[in-house]
Amino acid sequence: MEHYVNIFIKTVFIENMVFAFFLGMCSFLAVSKTIKTSFGLGLAVIFVLLITAPFNYLILNFFLVKGALSWIHPSLADVDMTFLSFILYISVIAGTVQLVEMIIEKFSPGLYASLGIFLPLITVNCAILGTSLFMAERQYDLAETAVFSAGSGTGFFIAIVGLAAIREKLKYSDVPDPLKGLGLAMLITGLMGIAFLSFAGIQL
Amino acid sequence: MSTEVQNTETQVKEKKKSEPLFSKKNIQVLKDPLNDNNPVTVQVLGICSALAVTTQVKPSFIMALSVVFVAGFANLIISAIRNTVPNRIRIIVQLVVIAALVTLVDQTLKAFVYDVSKQLSVFVGLIITNCLIMGRLEAFAMQKKPWPSFLDGVGSGVGYGLVLLFVGFFRELFGSGSLYGFQVVPQWAYDAGYVNNGLMMLPPAALFLIGIYIWIQRALNKDLVNIS
Repeated sequence: MEHYVNIFIKTVFIENMVFAFFLGMCSFLAVSKTIKTSFGLGLAVIFVLLITAPFNYLILNFFLVKGALSWIHPSLADVDMTFLSFILYISVIAGTVQLVEMIIEKFSPGLYASLGIFLPLITVNCAILGTSLFMAERQYDLAETAVFSAGSGTGFFIAIVGLAAIREKLKYSDVPDPLKGLGLAMLITGLMGIAFLSFAGIQL
Repeated sequence: MSTEVQNTETQVKEKKKSEPLFSKKNIQVLKDPLNDNNPVTVQVLGICSALAVTTQVKPSFIMALSVVFVAGFANLIISAIRNTVPNRIRIIVQLVVIAALVTLVDQTLKAFVYDVSKQLSVFVGLIITNCLIMGRLEAFAMQKKPWPSFLDGVGSGVGYGLVLLFVGFFRELFGSGSLYGFQVVPQWAYDAGYVNNGLMMLPPAALFLIGIYIWIQRALNKDLVNIS
């Protein structure tokens, strides 16, 4: 149990997807103008991650890795299809996002309208694909993958809501014109990243 | 204006040679993303990987090359099949094309520059979700002819690469005192008390550098102020 809590804390704070790996930066910067939309996007990302990463784990381990196909026929034991992993991962993600889009459109049209183009763009949110790729690279098992994906989603959620809150306050500050908007958001993200670095000292 | 566009279009249809491959318009398409319409600093695309791989110049350079390749050919292929793809499934089609190209790049890197491929780790795979490529496909390749699309892809890739090299240059120079793996800061400087700046090796440094890059660019070019 402790092991799983450790993975969760580690992915939320120490190896935060946004601040340590810069994953999901595009939507992170573009949707963080108000807290409300960033809240919705954060939840959608957590949801998509919770489905896609374990699903991709199953695909990887039952179809792609060397010897995985032997449950179909023993003669397939030498087949290694990991080179197909990118295409399969991204198809799973695109399908899931389509599903989430339909659910949100049905149950919360307001949120659907305010997320706009960024809902389909969750597909190309690097944090989602990145989680699947890290899952494969670090060779987590299924339970670890589930905890890991929950952690990275929560990390993204905390980061984007935090940045949105700061940017809402910044509207009332006097900033040099060329720095307004994107430039300032970058600098703020950097400072938040330094704040998150302080978690690096935690021993797990 | 509209007649002009029609003219050039019919010209292209009649004879490929009537519009030279590097006509003024095409050169413009190629050059635009380098500065005024830079994908990273103006369009806010492809930032994720722009930051993560830039601790040194060499991985930045390889990453930039890979993105130029993928962006150029993805634009070319999608533009060539744009009229046969139903609108509803276009995103999945685009992703499959990109994923196939990225798989090619990934396998090539693993075969020829294994150490860099290890260093880039998952970020080669993440070219798939590089919004730069998707963004250019949606905004340009879905409407334009293959050749200008190819140029637009290459131009965007190079514009992305320029930012990457800028960030990589400063991070490697101040972070480890070398450039492209060669020691630049001499040993006597270290003996005299010079220390590498550890902050430059950490993730936030990349954000600061890009923030400053945007600041300088927008200060020089007032049209870009308040874009996003």
